[in-house]
Amino acid sequence: MSEPLLSVDNLKTQFFTEDGTVRAVDGISFDVYEGEIVGLVGESGAGKSVATSSLLRLVDSPGEIVGGEITFKGETLFGLEEGSDGELRPRDEMLSEAEMREQIRGREIAIIFQDPMESLNPVFTVGGQLREFIEINRDLSAEEAKEEAIEMLREVGIPAPKSRYDEYPHQFSGGMRQRVLIAMALACQPDLIIADEPTTALDVTVEGQILEMVTDLQEKYDTSFIWVTHDMSVVAEICDRVNVMYLGEIIEHSEVDNLFYDTKHPYTQALLDSMPRPDETVHELNPIKGVMPEAINPPSGCRFHSRCPDAREVCREVHPEARNLAADGEPKHSAACVKYDAFEVGYDESRPIETEATGGFSAGLTETEGEE
Amino acid sequence: MATEPDPQTDTTADGSESGAGEVEARVGLRYTLKQVKRDTTALMGIYTVGFVTLIAVLAAIDYYLLDYAVAEMFWYSPVQDPDEVQRLLPPVGMENQFGAGVIEHPMGTDHRGRDIFVRLFYGTRIAITVGFMATGIGLVGGTLIGAVSGYYGGWIDDVLQRITETVYAIPFLVLVIAFMTAFGRDLTFAMIGVGITSIPVFNRLIRSRVVSIREEDYIEAARAAGVKDRNIILRHIIPNSFAPVLVQATLQIGVSILIVAGLSFLGFGAQPPTPSWGQMLSASRNYMLPAPTFSLWPGMAILVTVIGFNILGDGLQDALDPRINN
Repeated sequence: MSEPLLSVDNLKTQFFTEDGTVRAVDGISFDVYEGEIVGLVGESGAGKSVATSSLLRLVDSPGEIVGGEITFKGETLFGLEEGSDGELRPRDEMLSEAEMREQIRGREIAIIFQDPMESLNPVFTVGGQLREFIEINRDLSAEEAKEEAIEMLREVGIPAPKSRYDEYPHQFSGGMRQRVLIAMALACQPDLIIADEPTTALDVTVEGQILEMVTDLQEKYDTSFIWVTHDMSVVAEICDRVNVMYLGEIIEHSEVDNLFYDTKHPYTQALLDSMPRPDETVHELNPIKGVMPEAINPPSGCRFHSRCPDAREVCREVHPEARNLAADGEPKHSAACVKYDAFEVGYDESRPIETEATGGFSAGLTETEGEE
Repeated sequence: MATEPDPQTDTTADGSESGAGEVEARVGLRYTLKQVKRDTTALMGIYTVGFVTLIAVLAAIDYYLLDYAVAEMFWYSPVQDPDEVQRLLPPVGMENQFGAGVIEHPMGTDHRGRDIFVRLFYGTRIAITVGFMATGIGLVGGTLIGAVSGYYGGWIDDVLQRITETVYAIPFLVLVIAFMTAFGRDLTFAMIGVGITSIPVFNRLIRSRVVSIREEDYIEAARAAGVKDRNIILRHIIPNSFAPVLVQATLQIGVSILIVAGLSFLGFGAQPPTPSWGQMLSASRNYMLPAPTFSLWPGMAILVTVIGFNILGDGLQDALDPRINN
């Protein structure tokens, strides 16, 4: 394959709180190639959203990107080097804040946010906001931008876009607002769109329409997507490749079909098992046991071991880096789990340990209801 | 109707061309006015403020463009001592030791024989100008400082808020008097001084709103789309945090009028023979017993105006607060 459009290498974002350092994103690496939809999957709190805002360097204090490298079309969005005094400092070729704002945000990389209800400014008309974004990012005059905005509203399936242009967000339904947000992202003709759980707040029928529309538009404009979600069915629907995140790390990466038919990591398996299915009744649901530990003090060894049904003693001690487990010639399929022979740490000889998932503890189970 | 130079008008004005069957939008100028109109007290506030402002505008036209020509043509000059001096006459229909009230001076005359009615009329201009200007200075300054402070946080916030608190800690009358002593005892500096002392009020009010609004998704969305910080603050944050500020501004106009009247009473602010209410009140205090109505009129004028702004402010608060459902 050719050069990736976006390349993330060992990205680390941490939040420095009074209680300690929260390692929200802890060394993730992935690539996005032109014209593909890459999924970023994981439970709430896995660090998906922090990872995406890190890509645009939009992490707010007390959060900070502390390491790694982000390259986009040859430009260094983030990169550190060791200065003469031994301190890490931004590399010279790293884009400045103003360059990020003017060249990258909106123009090259756009974000579609999770909650369409909250992502539109309530005091401005929908059209006005759309026009503002187009004006900024495409150097069009106000009139041209307005025409373009109306055209985009039509494109995303808003009926009567001319009259809807002058309406306020509260006059739109949730699905329509999400369409508007997609229009906003597409209107600036970026090369990459980060969709941060864009259909989570919508009901399934609207979700279906939106996904269909995105697929069509993606083919038309050939835009790459990073699709952040916790919904495996959405992943199956639209993604080309998938990264599964757990507690700030990418623990499995593969082509979408392999992820479902040849699941490697126990966490991914657990995610798939926990999906409600129409052919099963509710008491047979099989949720992942326990809650995700705090990223402030992650478990030793494999971070999933506390909830893993396959956990053994070695899992507590060895922290696995993701390795490619695919056979030669097959597309890359990496996972970070020591139970595969590639890791060679003696998983098979190790004694199974009691975890929440193996039924030894009930701790955490009672809290699951309150957690989202 | 001049309630306040209203920056919300163009931003939240309800686009209500959306058909008759549409559910009524609970935002926008039109909706707010409708809410205010339902409230009798607030309506009285609007009428009072409107009336006083109208007088002020008429007086301002006569003063700036015509140099009291209209007043002198129909009535008496508010600043010149009249040729035939009739001092301290009571209002028409009353009598005191200086004589009986005459129809030419419906509210009587002051200690120099000038007509109180016409001075009161022209004093309105000063009161309203002072109220709006001082509040305007506080509003613009406070909003900008508060928005910047709340949006950026960190050390910028700390520095700006500590400065604000320092200003807040000094009794404002002392501050204004010190300011005027340093720069000059006239009305312009009174307005600026009062305006500066009201910056902390707006600053703190808007900062508290901005701190929560900057976390909203649409602010994040604007940042992700590459909107400049300046535009985010001016176009996205301030309009969203403006409702309480609008209410505060209305109340603050009344307060500013009161403060400047007090300053004029103390001899700061408007200097004789400018017809200002505070200064009239100050002159009248020596004649309380022989001519009590002399001090009554400017006092009443101040009272009515300030109450008018206050009840309008209260009414606006109810109208703009979505939790109060009437």
